Amino acid sequence: MLRVIGKRIALLIPTLFGLSVLLFLWVRSLPGGPATALLGEKATPEAIARVNELYGFDRPLLVQYFTYMGKLLRGDFGVSINTGRPVLEEFATRFPATIELTIVALIFAIGVGVPLGYAAARHYGRLVDHSSVVLSLIGITVPVFFLAFILKYLFAIQWSILPPDGRQNPRIDATHFTDFYVLDGILTGEWDAAWDAVLHLILPGLALGTIPLAIIVRITRASVLEVQNADYVRTARAKGLMERTIRGSFILRNAMLPVVTTIGLQLGLLISGAVLTETVFAFNGIGRFLRDAIFGLDYPVLQGFIIFIAILYALINLIVDLSYSVIDPRVRVQ
Amino acid sequence: MSAILPPAAAGSAAPNDPAIDTGRGTGLWRDAFLRLRGNPQAIVGAAIIGIFLLVAILAPILAPYGGDDLPGRTSITPTTIPGPGEIDGFPLGLDRFGGDVLSKLIWGAQASLLIGIVSTGLGLAGGMLLGVLAGGLGGWVDNVIMRFVDILLSVPNLLLAVSIAAVLGQSSYAIMIAIGVSQIPIFARLLRSSMLSQRGADYILAAQTLGLSRRTITMSHLLPNSMGPLIVQATLTLATAVIDAAALSFLGLGGGLPQAAEWGRMLTYAQVELAVAPQLAFLPGACIAITALGFTLLGESLREALDPKTRRK
Repeated sequence: MLRVIGKRIALLIPTLFGLSVLLFLWVRSLPGGPATALLGEKATPEAIARVNELYGFDRPLLVQYFTYMGKLLRGDFGVSINTGRPVLEEFATRFPATIELTIVALIFAIGVGVPLGYAAARHYGRLVDHSSVVLSLIGITVPVFFLAFILKYLFAIQWSILPPDGRQNPRIDATHFTDFYVLDGILTGEWDAAWDAVLHLILPGLALGTIPLAIIVRITRASVLEVQNADYVRTARAKGLMERTIRGSFILRNAMLPVVTTIGLQLGLLISGAVLTETVFAFNGIGRFLRDAIFGLDYPVLQGFIIFIAILYALINLIVDLSYSVIDPRVRVQ
Repeated sequence: MSAILPPAAAGSAAPNDPAIDTGRGTGLWRDAFLRLRGNPQAIVGAAIIGIFLLVAILAPILAPYGGDDLPGRTSITPTTIPGPGEIDGFPLGLDRFGGDVLSKLIWGAQASLLIGIVSTGLGLAGGMLLGVLAGGLGGWVDNVIMRFVDILLSVPNLLLAVSIAAVLGQSSYAIMIAIGVSQIPIFARLLRSSMLSQRGADYILAAQTLGLSRRTITMSHLLPNSMGPLIVQATLTLATAVIDAAALSFLGLGGGLPQAAEWGRMLTYAQVELAVAPQLAFLPGACIAITALGFTLLGESLREALDPKTRRK
């Protein structure tokens, strides 16, 4: 097991190296060059010359690359142009919000997606099946930001049952020390604050969770359909095992492998979705911060985030691969 | 009984089945087309796309006003935006700039489909180039290309597109290229794996025995026979491209005037008036979703039609 992990992490190195070269070249190919990217488009020529000298942008490319690489390895992603604060610090304060949001989205997507996909396969060709297919089609084709609009309009504006934006009602006097608002509320015993934060998570969570939901429904359905007619399921039936055991330990467990892979692959979609969802709901997480970075071409933020996501992506894939061996003992043997 | 017969034998038992044309022999594509014709899902998808394409092409004739025109500028005030049917001459009402919503939706169809088709074309071409090189040459070329593709895949699509748009400046061309490039990895991977799976096929062995050059085998035998999954993916990608294009212009990367007739852009400005004029968000949003639905339906029927496993017996 440890050797597998070690090998996977070793494989990550060339990818990250390649990515760092691409990002380095990217910043240097931005219109106006890296100095303009650092100072913004309204920079004066004198300021640009000063920055070029200060950061060594006038030195040979290879020297520049090594300086840049050295900084990255020390975790120095530079300073955000928009806020003037270190990129890593900005990420640290905003990530908890997006993690909360993503957890809600995934709970929704998995909690509804797996049972629905399973039910659709069990009742293949019946009403549940057809409606699950239609639902997943809608989930795939309706853009996240449009769905966010619909939810906001119906639940926040028309019926006023859920808050339209933000992370917490500013009138609530809440103590924050972890930046996970729900967790903060629970830890400090401020139940109203925790509950309010939960309410603020529902609409963006639903919007963000719909795409993974649609995909999970489809994969679960297809996977269960394939597994439920497998020989070993027939054997289990012939042995006279209880239907519950067959469904739980034979069908569902074996059908879960592709589903777990798919859930791991949703990260990219979730990040892109978070940018859009958080924008619509004025939810102050990493997505909204990225949107501002995109808008203001805040290149240190974008660059730092891309590297961060690449590492996260690789780690999640590793966890997914390792989880196979928990779900499927055959993988463990190999 | 028929279950154990090979498909060809089962076909000869039912010569009137339109899906099995025993007289002329059925090629993969002809066969797929016949099956698509009988699939209601494919017909609905094709009809949706057909209608939107027609609207996009005929936009200059159909749209009462130009895309960037503001014919109703005098009819709007900061507090009132006439909705559908509330004002003569503007059946779907006005937006906050005084633009005719109907005209903007029609021109928006043109912009969206153009971006979708061009970017998917770019992605397909780029992906095919990399895929053919990787799958056809193998060895270190394959390794280098696939590592490059892995790197691109580790960046979420939207961010990749945003990074490219940042270099190219803000315009609809930048969006096309950005979305196109972000699609390259998936096409390259798909073509490569499809070519690898065909490599051991008998007809390749036959071509090799005949002494054909590797280039001829790759280009004339391997490539055409590996295109199926790519065509399916391209159709499905058209849906994503339309959505991504809307997302990028929603985020403000489209360039051009703020009142530009793009569905994504219309949604950006609809945010502010969501409570008073929800139709400004719902109409362009529905257009994006329906277009994406059309491509998705067609793409999935195509996948079914081309997949030997799901072919009707």
